Amino acid sequence: MSTNQRGESSWEHFPHDADIGVAGMGPTKAEAFRQAALALTAVVTDPAAVRAVHAVPVTCQADTDEVLLVEWLNALIYEMAVRAMVFGDFAVEIDGGTLRATAYGEAVDVARHEPAVEIKGATFTALEVKQGPDGWRAGCVVDV
Amino acid sequence: MELSSLVRKSASEWWIPQRGPMRVPGVIYGSEALVRDMDEKVREQVVNVATLPGIQRASYAMPDAHWGYGFPIGGVAAFDPQEGGIVSAGGVGFDISCGVRTLRTGLRGETIEPVARELARELSRSVPAGVGSHGRIHLDEAALDAMLAGGARWAVERGFGIEADLDRIEEHGCMRDAIPSAVSVRARRRQQDEMGTLGSGNHYLEVQRVAEVYDTDVAQAFGIALEDVVVSIHCGSRGLGHQIGTEFLKEMAAAAPALGIVLPDRELACAPVASEIGRRYLGAMRAGINCALANRQIITHLVRGAFATLLPQAALTLLYDVSHNTCKLESHGVNGSTKPVFIHRKGATRALGPGHPDLPGGLREVGQPVLIGGTMGTASYILVGTAESERLAFASSCHGAGRAMSRHQALRTWNGRQVIDELASRGIIVRSPSSRGVAEEAPGAYKDVGAVVDAAHAAGLSRKVARLTPLVCVKG
Repeated sequence: MSTNQRGESSWEHFPHDADIGVAGMGPTKAEAFRQAALALTAVVTDPAAVRAVHAVPVTCQADTDEVLLVEWLNALIYEMAVRAMVFGDFAVEIDGGTLRATAYGEAVDVARHEPAVEIKGATFTALEVKQGPDGWRAGCVVDV
Repeated sequence: MELSSLVRKSASEWWIPQRGPMRVPGVIYGSEALVRDMDEKVREQVVNVATLPGIQRASYAMPDAHWGYGFPIGGVAAFDPQEGGIVSAGGVGFDISCGVRTLRTGLRGETIEPVARELARELSRSVPAGVGSHGRIHLDEAALDAMLAGGARWAVERGFGIEADLDRIEEHGCMRDAIPSAVSVRARRRQQDEMGTLGSGNHYLEVQRVAEVYDTDVAQAFGIALEDVVVSIHCGSRGLGHQIGTEFLKEMAAAAPALGIVLPDRELACAPVASEIGRRYLGAMRAGINCALANRQIITHLVRGAFATLLPQAALTLLYDVSHNTCKLESHGVNGSTKPVFIHRKGATRALGPGHPDLPGGLREVGQPVLIGGTMGTASYILVGTAESERLAFASSCHGAGRAMSRHQALRTWNGRQVIDELASRGIIVRSPSSRGVAEEAPGAYKDVGAVVDAAHAAGLSRKVARLTPLVCVKG
């Protein structure tokens, strides 16, 4: 399992047979979603190696927190694919069932980013968004 | 997997008795060692699939089965629309029509070895691979529609290959009844610059030598012999298929309650074949199959170009092209009669036996080639469909090794450069834009493909014909 701590917030990867689980933790739901997005980037490359050259707006909606997480990660997977970009940081706001975010990143630089693998999609496997005594956790398995 | 929960019917056939909400029993094929090593989740997923409406005969798992999404990877299940049968986006998976194509080259190993390094460079320059890579072909909306309806036939008509290629592709290169208009704008955008690209992860382009022949007669019918050189391409429907899978998984999961379907797992998202969403998914999924067939056809064209530069005497002809993530309408025997069913193969290969009318002349007499991908350091296999596979698992077989180790563990265990150097010392040239990607795909991270193939052979799902070992591997 890989983790990355940023104060009270952190992200981690958790194992799955063929693929990989991504999860974000934070004091708020929005921060947990932001951290989950960093975990998503870390499947492909080191988020810290990504420069914030371009800002890409992302909006998604869902009836439940769990589906909203899948929608959020799938929206990022889509933007990464069609723009050939990687994202190193995110500003995330969640209001009810609506998520509004900005993804900061740059075009894939194969030599510098050494991207490991494309992500096909976020799944409902090991999907959870929950608040515990230590804050929020948001995660699921992504298919690579 | 706990073996005591299974009923052993033979050395390589294990049953999960029908109970509770299961409509049919579960059947797992594999040696005792392979089945014991399977995750308990495989049993759970085989059972869950057995509860779906309209399922026929049994919920099957192939010897390489592992934990998937709703369906196990290595899962096979058929559904009758006349009995409320369903089609499942999870049962096809994200990489619609991912598959393997093998080309004969007419060359022998000793011809390749002196130019192997140049060939590796030329192939990696010709076939875009890896994250962020785009193809050299941009498709506008009209061209996308034509590609989604026409598959490899569209590609051949555009000059990517020759008419003779089509006979050696499942569905003769074109999946009928695709509905391009059912493919979303977002799926189209993901694909418009990705035609002729390999992708990443476990996808590859390999130059391989025939290292061992198990069945000389069938090998001869397939046009291969010991020490021959072949090329294998493993990839699928790229971003378009991934997006179709993503969108329909969500839509089918949300629609299930209104359609009267109880999902034991959201990933089993499905809809009756006869429903509006079921028909729309089938149309989009078939368009995804055509995208994969066109993609492998364009890559074939690029590979031929690379060979022509260095080895103009090579003649690259198709041995076969077969997919392992599909849902298809086929006729199969159920309870003594033959009827049309929608058969899902998720990480499983169609394996038609001798005499099947869907096989072209030259293959019909012996059976369908079953192409099994290995890892860049071990081996791949060519098998042949058997007569008994129809009875055993609706004419299906295994598809590959399956991972033994998570990507993370692999990354902690190996360094990409070391893997490349170690393989080079064994005469295997690896070209990849990503050292980390190579580490995650290290041969040791996979199960023993030989054991999987032996189990498929022992079970009668398909029969071993030849073993292929890599000379050159291009990875994403």
